[in-house]
Amino acid sequence: MRALLLRDLILAIRAGGGFGLGLAFFLIVVVLVPFSVGPAPELLSRIAAGALWLGALLACLLSLDRILALDWEDGTLDLLATSPLPLEAALAIKALAHWLTTALPLVVAAPLFGVLLNLPAPGFFWLTVSLLVGTPALSIIGAFGAALTVGLKRGGLLLSLLVVPLYVPTLIFGAEVARRGAEGLDATGPLAMLGGITAGTIALMPFASAAVLRMALK
Amino acid sequence: MSIWEYANPVKFLRLSERVLPALWVISFACLAIGLIWGFFFTPDDFRQGSTVKIIYLHVPSALMAINAWFMMLVASLIWLIRRHHVSALAAKAAAPVGIAMTLIALITGAVWGQPMWGTWWVWDPRLTSFLILFLFYIGYVALWSAVDDPDSAADLTSMLCIVGSVFAVLSRYAVNFWNQGLHQGASLSLDKETNVANVFYHPLLFSIAGFVCLFLALVLYRTGTEIRRRRMRALMAREVRHA
Amino acid sequence: MPDLGKYAAEVLSAYGATCVVLCVLVAATLWQGRKVRAELAQVEKNQDGKGAQDG
Repeated sequence: MRALLLRDLILAIRAGGGFGLGLAFFLIVVVLVPFSVGPAPELLSRIAAGALWLGALLACLLSLDRILALDWEDGTLDLLATSPLPLEAALAIKALAHWLTTALPLVVAAPLFGVLLNLPAPGFFWLTVSLLVGTPALSIIGAFGAALTVGLKRGGLLLSLLVVPLYVPTLIFGAEVARRGAEGLDATGPLAMLGGITAGTIALMPFASAAVLRMALK
Repeated sequence: MSIWEYANPVKFLRLSERVLPALWVISFACLAIGLIWGFFFTPDDFRQGSTVKIIYLHVPSALMAINAWFMMLVASLIWLIRRHHVSALAAKAAAPVGIAMTLIALITGAVWGQPMWGTWWVWDPRLTSFLILFLFYIGYVALWSAVDDPDSAADLTSMLCIVGSVFAVLSRYAVNFWNQGLHQGASLSLDKETNVANVFYHPLLFSIAGFVCLFLALVLYRTGTEIRRRRMRALMAREVRHA
Repeated sequence: MPDLGKYAAEVLSAYGATCVVLCVLVAATLWQGRKVRAELAQVEKNQDGKGAQDG
């Protein structure tokens, strides 16, 4: 398992796409927000938390097909399916690798981008916490979507279409935590819900993803 | 004699040929009675005026939008557990009907909301949940059309339907938490106190029966179409092999 | 025609839109069904013509 994780990490770093592209896309979304709603600081600071969450979600979405697509093309996936390592574990590891290479940089960068959007001071802490708790759910749900569309020719757009509705609860609670935190309200309620969603998806989604992947590889 | 007899496509087709004409007639009759009664012979509500007549479209279509997804969930489970092709095809056949029902519920709701709430759309929990349901339907249909092999398409869409159901319920709670809404409580319940008044209630029952029968008729007919399409595919594949 | 009062446009457009959506759905369903039926009959006839065992 550690070997698989290391391999995925190294591949993501060598290929270069992982870190850079997601982060750059996140930055672009953040830059586009003031262009689209106007530069008024008080308006920006009100929507900052939500805009950052949306940007992080989209950046995450963009890189989902890389979880499985390359391994599907070169046949690694078939090897994984027949290896002694349970496919559930392999998928969880791949989701973890995706989280480490794509989502974690976003979490680190989000407070910096928060400055651009005039995020209120108490918001920085809550934004980081909510992203830290919420993004693992995004990665692991994304792995399910990637498994559904693996091997399809027009998979990219379809993947987004399938995964976005599944992201709704995570986004709602995550953005709620950040928003309440930014406004100085108590954010522990939604944070607990967000944690619950993340824990639940980590526990259950690998089984669904593995079942789907077995069907797709059949 | 068990229900699984109809997992045999030939038997299913024979049964649906027998049932379908009656079902079409019943559904159109019920719709006609319910809608004409509702449209022409019910009084205006003292607060909502004549817009109360939209209820005969809005409530049944919303009901069927959810029940269609539920039927797809059951059919998907049957396909995954017992591998009856008819079941998978019935789920596929129901999805576009569900989309249409969701669309009707959204449109009639918006048209009703405009004069009553003063806006076409609010991000009310019920409205938002229906929009999310609509997205789920679209994803489901898109996945069916994207996968070439019919059996693995059935597998994948079934899994999507099951996981989607869990997330749809989660979204419902999340959305509730996110925004308390304007929407009134359920129009129909066993609790007489909260129910809509009797004058509106009886035509509504007819209208609901009409929508249910229409849904059944459409799904049966479409499932038959899918079965024939599948058979044609098999025949053509064999022809290619022989040639 | 009942008196719909000031909400006539809303009520009528709701009924109209529903009618359009349902009609499109039913028409598409029947049209597809007919087409597939005809094509299947054609394919089956061809196969019988070639003397397939159980076409």
